[in-house]
Amino acid sequence: MDILYFAWVRERIGLPRETVETQAGTVADLVAELRKREDRYDLAFSDLSALRVAVDQKLTDFDASLAGAREVAFFPPMTGG
Amino acid sequence: MRISVQESPFDLGKETAGFSAGRKDMGALVTFTGVVRDLPGDPLQALEIEHYPGMTEAALTEIAEQAMARFSLGDALVIHRYGRLVPGEMIMMVATAAPHRNDAFDGAEFLMDYLKSRAPFWKREITATGADWVASKAEDEAALDRW
Repeated sequence: MDILYFAWVRERIGLPRETVETQAGTVADLVAELRKREDRYDLAFSDLSALRVAVDQKLTDFDASLAGAREVAFFPPMTGG
Repeated sequence: MRISVQESPFDLGKETAGFSAGRKDMGALVTFTGVVRDLPGDPLQALEIEHYPGMTEAALTEIAEQAMARFSLGDALVIHRYGRLVPGEMIMMVATAAPHRNDAFDGAEFLMDYLKSRAPFWKREITATGADWVASKAEDEAALDRW
């Protein structure tokens, strides 16, 4: 599964994208797996209310299923316009 | 309907003149242009805009399709830039065409409200004192409630 990070999430984790092997059933399960890896992940995901998530390029929630998902992206609230 | 996510500047006059050109059933054309604004007190050296290639185009297309249907627009245009911009540069524009002005204005406001907090762009302000990601505003999220 490809995981993408944008804006300050990318800066805190230190890379824009990576491919991970995971059996996580939901976004929240994936977050829990990532947080256990290293402090920088733990720090980036410490406040989920400050984060948004997209699965296969569609905005969704942290309880969303990852069944069949190819790409998950984490980022702060968007500031376009 | 046209969506363009681009690094290069756009020509507002040319885009406006070409928008909905030739249609005789559209009595109202509205355009909005967003410009990089300098910061009082701590001058802005640049505004960097990051986006999510692929999702950005899809999200803007979905928002524009909703606006077209909801306000019976005859045409809609969204141009949004990314990369490094300096104060005074145009960041983005939207244009809407409708038979009557209320729908054209409402359609443009709807597009702006949604693209501010539902299209994957992130701004970072670069000043002499450092670089900061722009925080989203509660009022931008609240603006969606009126639709």
